[in-house]
Amino acid sequence: MSERLAVRKTYKLFIGGAFPRSESGRSYVVTSSKGDFLANAARASRKDARDAVAAARKAFPGWSGATAYNRGQILYRIAEMLEGRRAQFVAEITAFGGVGAKQAGDMVDATVDRLVWYAGWSDKIGAVVGSANPVAGPYFNLSSPEPTGVVAVVAPQEGPLLGLVSVIAPVIVTGNTCVVIACERAPLPAITLAEVLATSDLPGGVVNILTGSPAEIAPWLAGHMDVNAVDLTGADPELAVTCEELAAENLKRVLRPPAGPVNWLADPGLERMTAFLETKTVWHPIGV
Amino acid sequence: MFEYAPAPESRDIVDIRPSYGLFINGEWVEPQSEERHKTVNPATEEVLAEVAWAGEADVDRAVQAAAKAFPVWSALPGAERAKYLFRIARIIQERSRELAVLETLDNGKPIRESRDVDLPLVAAHFFYYAGWADKLAYAGFGPDPRPLGVAGQVIPWNFPLLMLAWKIAPALACGNTVVLKPAETTPLTALAFADICRQADLPPGVVNIVTGAGATGAALVNHPGVDKVAFTGSTEVGRLIARGLAGTRKKLTLELGGKAANIVFEDAPLDQAVEGIVNGIFFNQGHVCCAGSRLLVQESIADELLEALKRRLGTLRLGDPLDKNTDIGAINSAEQLAKIRELSEAGEAEGAERWSPPCPIPDRGYWFPPTVFTGVAQSHRIAREEIFGPVLSVLTFRTPAEAVEKANNTPYGLSAGVWTEKGSLMLWMASRLRAGVVWSNTFNRFDPASPFGGYKESGYGREGGRHGLEAYLAV
Amino acid sequence: MTTPLAEVASSTSTLRAFLHGLPGVDRVGADARAAMLGTRSIKTTAKKQAIDMAIGMVDLTTLEGADTPGKVRAMCAKAVRPDPSDPTVPRVAAVCVYPDLVATAVEALRGSGVKVASVATSFPSGRSSLDVKVAETRLAVAAGAAEIDMVIDRGAFLAGDYLKVYEEIAATKEACGDSHLKVILETGELATYDNVRRASWLAMIAGADFIKTSTGKVSPAATLPVTLVMLEAVRDFLAATGRKVGVKPAGGIRTTKDAIKYLVLVNETAGPDWLHPDWFRLGASSLLNDLLMQRQKMATGRYAGPDYFTLD
Repeated sequence: MSERLAVRKTYKLFIGGAFPRSESGRSYVVTSSKGDFLANAARASRKDARDAVAAARKAFPGWSGATAYNRGQILYRIAEMLEGRRAQFVAEITAFGGVGAKQAGDMVDATVDRLVWYAGWSDKIGAVVGSANPVAGPYFNLSSPEPTGVVAVVAPQEGPLLGLVSVIAPVIVTGNTCVVIACERAPLPAITLAEVLATSDLPGGVVNILTGSPAEIAPWLAGHMDVNAVDLTGADPELAVTCEELAAENLKRVLRPPAGPVNWLADPGLERMTAFLETKTVWHPIGV
Repeated sequence: MFEYAPAPESRDIVDIRPSYGLFINGEWVEPQSEERHKTVNPATEEVLAEVAWAGEADVDRAVQAAAKAFPVWSALPGAERAKYLFRIARIIQERSRELAVLETLDNGKPIRESRDVDLPLVAAHFFYYAGWADKLAYAGFGPDPRPLGVAGQVIPWNFPLLMLAWKIAPALACGNTVVLKPAETTPLTALAFADICRQADLPPGVVNIVTGAGATGAALVNHPGVDKVAFTGSTEVGRLIARGLAGTRKKLTLELGGKAANIVFEDAPLDQAVEGIVNGIFFNQGHVCCAGSRLLVQESIADELLEALKRRLGTLRLGDPLDKNTDIGAINSAEQLAKIRELSEAGEAEGAERWSPPCPIPDRGYWFPPTVFTGVAQSHRIAREEIFGPVLSVLTFRTPAEAVEKANNTPYGLSAGVWTEKGSLMLWMASRLRAGVVWSNTFNRFDPASPFGGYKESGYGREGGRHGLEAYLAV
Repeated sequence: MTTPLAEVASSTSTLRAFLHGLPGVDRVGADARAAMLGTRSIKTTAKKQAIDMAIGMVDLTTLEGADTPGKVRAMCAKAVRPDPSDPTVPRVAAVCVYPDLVATAVEALRGSGVKVASVATSFPSGRSSLDVKVAETRLAVAAGAAEIDMVIDRGAFLAGDYLKVYEEIAATKEACGDSHLKVILETGELATYDNVRRASWLAMIAGADFIKTSTGKVSPAATLPVTLVMLEAVRDFLAATGRKVGVKPAGGIRTTKDAIKYLVLVNETAGPDWLHPDWFRLGASSLLNDLLMQRQKMATGRYAGPDYFTLD
C-alpha cells in the first residue's frame, strides 16, 4: 500500500462571504520559514481590494444596525468555531516554522480567549465610552459611540493568527466592517480564519480578507473614498507614510503603526475599539 | 409702527492698541518677521489695529517657550493648574462686556450674540475644564494619564474667543502648553486673552499667541517641537494638515466643515421649528461649521412652513453689530463675502429660486442679506458645498427613509437637526444620521459638557465633555 | 385649515381631533424665543412711544372683595387722567371691575372714551352653572359693560370636555350682545403650552373677541412665553379664518420694562397690526404708576419718586 496522497487546500481570498480567486489570476508562493513550499496563495489586486470595499460597505448597515448582543454572540461563535479547529491552526502555524507545537497551541488558545474578551465588549463599550452630559440648560444630552464605517486593516506582519484576530475583533465588535490585508509571508492562517468566519453566522462582507502584498494593495485602500478608516498596524514605515498621506484625502481616521514591537499577549485596552468609533451627541429639550 | 431706536453698545469699554506684537513666554515681543497687516471692523471697514504675521523664526521662538514651560506646567499638581484656569474663567466673566464688544468689533457678529452666547460659553468652558485638571485619573484614560507636550492650535474667525477657549482650556487642564494662532481677520480677542493670562499670573510660556495667516499656521503645525495639533477651520486646510502630519507621531484633531441637514417632519412643533431653522442658518451670519444650511422639509407641510419662515425672516434686523437689537451682523471679510456671492449666483444659475426679505444693506462694510433658496436639488452646488454664510437651501422629502438618505448624502457629517413630536421617530432618525451632533427640536446649542465634532470629512476628535480630554492626553 | 371651523364644534370628538391636530409647542423653544425677545433694547424715542402705547392699552383693574364705589370712582378718575400734572398722558383703554360695580364705573367714565369691562361667569373659578354665568353676564351688560371678561371652565377643559367649554363660551358670547367678549384661559392652570394653544383656538372658534391669559388670582399669571403662544394663535387664526382676535396678558405685569417686553413680543409675533388697544391690552393695576414714572424720567431726565404719583 502506497502512502495516501493528501488533498491540498486551495487558498483563496475571502470577499463578501465567498472565496474567490484573485480577479487578476495571480498567486504567490508561500513557504515555510525554512523555504519549503507550503501553498500558492492568491495575490490580490487593486480590483479585489475595490470589490472587498464594496462588500464591506454593503454589509455595514446590517452589521452596524444589529444589536450589540447579537454581535457579541457572533464573536463568541467565532471563538467556538476557532476552538474547534485548534489542531488545524496549530498545524498551520508549526508548518510555517519558528515555533513549536506547544507555543503554537498557546497562541491559538490566546486567540480564542481574545475573541471571547472582545465578544463581551459589544454591549459594554457604549456604557464605558458614552456619557450622559449635564449641560447647563433644559436639555437631555447623550453621547454614544457609533462605528466609523468601513475600515481597511493592514494586519501585523508577525503573529499571523493572534495578531490578525487582535486587529479584526475590535473593529467588528463595535459594528464596523473591514477589509484586511493578511500577513504577507504567512497568510495561510488568515484564510483558514476566513473559513471559521464563514461558518460563524458572521454576515458576508463584514470581514473581507485579502492575501498578497500590502505595499501593492494598501495604498488603494488608503486612497479609496468609500473607506472611512485605516489601521496601519502591519505597515512598514514607508508604506505607513504613503497610506497616511492618501488617507488625508477624505479625512480617514488613521491608526498609525505602533512605535515599537507589540506584545500581542498583553491586555489590549480600549484603544483599538475607540480608534474606530465616532461619538454622536444627541440633544433634546426637556419640558411639558 | 413700532420702530426700535438705535441702541448701540458703547465701545468706550475697549482699549485697542494701534499695533500688537506677539505674546511669547509671558511677554509681548517684537516679531522678527516684518510682515504686518491691518485688522478691520467688517461692519465699517474701519482699521482697528495692526498685527504681526509671525514667520518661522517667530513660531520657533513660541514653540521653544512652550516646550520650556511644559515640564514645569505638567508637573504642577492638577489642583494648582485648576486654580489658574478658574482664575482665567473669573477674569473672563469680569471682563465679559469688554470682550464681547471687542469680538463684535473685530468679527462683525451682533453684540447680542457675543454677549449672550460667545462670552458665557467661553467662561463656562474654562470653568468646566478647570474642574477636570485634578480629576484626570478618573476620566477613563487610565490611572495616570499624561499630557502630550506642546500643542499647536489654529483657530478660525467665526467664534474667535470661543474657539480659543475650546482649544486652550482642555490643553492646559491636561498639562500641555500651547502656541495658538488666531485667524488673521480676528486676532484681537486672542491678543486680549494674552493680557488675561498675565492678570492670572499664568507661568510664562504656558500660553503663547502668535498672529498671522496660513503660512504662520503651517509653520506652527509642521514645527517638529509640536506634539499635538488641533485645528478648526475648512476641510481643505484640514486635509493639508493631515497629509503634512503623515509619518509624524503628532496627535491630530480636526474640526472642519459641514453641510448639515435640518429635517422638519409634518408633526413638528412648527413655531419652534421656524425658530430653529432661523437659529440654524442665520445665527452668526451662517458663519457656523455646524449651520443647518440644508432645510429638508416634509412635502406635506412645505408650503405652510416656508410661508411661516419667510414671515419670520421679515422680522430679522440686519445692521450695526453693536446695536443691541441687531440679529444679523456683518460678513467677516470681503473674501468671505465674495465666496457667498459666488455660490449664491451659482444657485440661481442652476435654477433654484432665490428669496430675501426686504432688508436695507448698509453702505459700508461687508453685508449679505438672509437668503433662502427653494426648488433646490441634491445635485446643486448650494446643496453640496459649504457656503458659510446666511444662505439656506430648501429641499423636500416624503418619508423618513428618504430624509435620512438625503441628509447623509454628503461627504460631511458634523451635525443634523430633527424636528418631530414623535419620540420614536426622533430616535430612529438620530440613530441613522451620520453626524457627530444631532439636535432634536432645537439647533445650534453648545455646552462645555457636551462633546462636539464630526463624522467623515467634518473631521475627527471631539471637543467638550470628558471626550474632549482625549485629544490632549497620551492615550 | 381644511376643516370648516363651524363643523369642528359639532361634537367633543371633532373638537378634540381639531385641537389635537394643531402643531405642538415645544416649551423650551418657546421659552427661549420669548427670552430672546425680552433682550430687545428699547431706548429713547422708541421707549417714549412704547410707554404711551402701553398706557393706552392698560385695562386698569380692581378685583377685590373690599372694592367699593368710592374706590372704583377714584380708579376711574385715574384712568381718564393718569397724571394730573401732565395732560399729554393718554387715557387708559378700560377699567375692569366686578359686575356690581359696573354701573358706578359707567357713571364715572361717561364721555371719557375709557371703556368699562366687567369680569363675569363666576369669576375667578368659573365654578357655577351655565345659567348663573349667563345671568351674570347679562347683568353686567345691562349695567353698561362694554366688555365682558369671562373665565373658561378649566376643569372641563382638562377633563377633555371641550364641547362644554365651547358651549359656555358661545352662550356667554350670545349673552354679551354687542359687548366684546374676552375669554380668560387661566393659563396657570392649563399646565402645558399645548393646552394654551388648544384653549386659545377653542375660545376663538367659540367666538372670543379677545383671549386673555389670567384672572390674576392664580400663579403664574401672565408670562411672556404663554403670551407668545397666544399671539401665534391669533396670528394663525386670522390667516385661517380672516377674523382678527385680540390678546390680553393680565396679572404680574408691574414694570415698564415688563410692559415693553410684551409690546416687542406683539410687534415681532402677531405683528404691528396688533399694537393697538383694539387688539392688545395689558391687564394691570400697579403697572400704570411705573409707566408714569418712567415717562416723567424721560421728560425731565431725573428719576421719579412714587410720592409724586397718585395711589388710586
